[in-house]
Amino acid sequence: MPQIEVRGLAKTFRVAERLPGLAGAFRGLIHRRMRDVHALDGIDLDIERGELVGYIGPNGAGKSTTIKILAGILTPTAGTCQVDGLTPWRDRRRHVARIGVVFGQRTQLWWDLPVIESFDLLRDIYRIPPATYRDNRDRLIALMDLEPLLDVPVRQLSLGQRMRSDLAAALLHGPSLLFLDEPTIGLDAVSKLAIRDFVRELNREQQVTVLLTTHDMDDIEALCQRVIVIGDGRILVDGGMDVLRRRVRNERVLVVDYDSADEAALLDADREGVRRVERDASRVRIAFDPERIPVATLIGALLAQGTPRDLLVEYPPIEQTVAELYAEHDVREL
Amino acid sequence: MNDALGPLWAVLSARYRTLLQYRAAAFAGFATQLFWGAVKLMILAAFFAATTEPQPMNLTEVVAYVWLGQALLGMLPWNVDADFREQVRDGAVAYDLLRPLDLYAYWFGRTLAFRVAAPTLRGVPMVVFAMVLLPLAGLDDWALGPPASGAAFAGFVVSVVLAALLATAVTLLAHISLLWTISGVGMDRILAVLVSIFSGLIVPLPLFPDWLRPMLEWQPFRGLADVPYRIYSGNIPAAEIAPELVFTLGWTVVLVLLGRLILRRGVRRMVVQGG
Repeated sequence: MPQIEVRGLAKTFRVAERLPGLAGAFRGLIHRRMRDVHALDGIDLDIERGELVGYIGPNGAGKSTTIKILAGILTPTAGTCQVDGLTPWRDRRRHVARIGVVFGQRTQLWWDLPVIESFDLLRDIYRIPPATYRDNRDRLIALMDLEPLLDVPVRQLSLGQRMRSDLAAALLHGPSLLFLDEPTIGLDAVSKLAIRDFVRELNREQQVTVLLTTHDMDDIEALCQRVIVIGDGRILVDGGMDVLRRRVRNERVLVVDYDSADEAALLDADREGVRRVERDASRVRIAFDPERIPVATLIGALLAQGTPRDLLVEYPPIEQTVAELYAEHDVREL
Repeated sequence: MNDALGPLWAVLSARYRTLLQYRAAAFAGFATQLFWGAVKLMILAAFFAATTEPQPMNLTEVVAYVWLGQALLGMLPWNVDADFREQVRDGAVAYDLLRPLDLYAYWFGRTLAFRVAAPTLRGVPMVVFAMVLLPLAGLDDWALGPPASGAAFAGFVVSVVLAALLATAVTLLAHISLLWTISGVGMDRILAVLVSIFSGLIVPLPLFPDWLRPMLEWQPFRGLADVPYRIYSGNIPAAEIAPELVFTLGWTVVLVLLGRLILRRGVRRMVVQGG
């Protein structure tokens, strides 16, 4: 049985429509027109124990709403959800004791207290047995390199340091399920890598299930075996990276380098299955459909015309893939 | 027991540690309360010098009333926690639901910490000042005397603990109301007026006109200040201490139950509307 089982999950918010201008504001006092916003519009989802799932979509697509419902702090309008046999919003206290949650946009640490004291507080709040607490704390401190930060008040930490501390704080009670809502937002490259390494390690070594939302496609590519794309409250794609790519457009790019621009100019790549040819001095980029023309055939044809210095097959950048997916489904940023 | 109180103790100690990081604020608060205490004393002393009729309190009792009031001022539920207000405003308050705790109990712990942390830091120097330094300066008439009796002292200690719980229940009601009103500015104003008048902070309740007394006797804010301070000075005799304690406890229970009821509706709203 999957660890997370979601069926037909829907969430509708009623928001008051504001009319523009001062007159509109006054009219709003008397008569407010309400509008329904469908943040989630019937979502089905199974996540197995030990999976590391990326959850992506434009702002307002329903990512955070999903996380909040799964974490038990928001009730859906319709649908069911079981996490380890519990309904999050009904069995909130038992449920939240078993999960870890990190919201990149805000800290759950005590702003004015040193990091280590926040950890001690969480021990008391989650009633973590002393031995378990010591083990988990020491392991997390070592893994996230927190030793030098322990006595620093949270407000003095840099964003990267804070995020590492927040991640550790969310794991002190040893949850088997971790929700990460944009954990790398605003981080520098080094911090991002540290967070990614840690999440990968956590998932592999401890079999912690991770559901990760992000706008950073490098996060997804570095970490996730499975990606769920959501737009306008519906799931657009659910599968591996290959599924995501195929779903949009099956395209590879063959990059060919020659010794000189003259040589590059001689190349005739125009044939069945080739979509675009871009030339940039001694470099030629050939976008093609591998199902219509196998890469070996294409390379064979190139070699017959000359001797390239280097060859490289690329995937289109994932950002482009996702952007095209949104466009295809006419998903607007809300 | 220890298990149940663990989280509560944790939030309490967090508050102390936070507060201890802002020593200048504690010192400034102390100086302000000293000043207002002196002003109040002079006004009330002038009143006693001018009156010819016997009053329900004597000057010694009034002096104790004023100094204890200044020492424990921060404990009165006259404002809301700015941190809490900020959390409600930006929606972070919903994240408290991520803790495996009963939300009312968790917030009660937070609010209790907010209510008692500052006065325990400021109250001790205030008592030392009023009880030790003033007599040393030759101002015996203005000094805080010892409790009226052993029973009065014991009763005072218990009544102050109950007053802290009552103050927490009132403050927490205000905090919960923020879930609807958001801003909390109006709440601060209303609370400050209600509490400072009806607890006895501005004028000791026994000095109010006779026709107002029956109404003042039964309202909950009396348990915050009037009851403990009069027990201390013996203005409430030892035999009447127990009913007064029950009075304060009773109001506390009522306000806690009311708070739980309203919070349940607030949470329903919160989990439906989102953070």
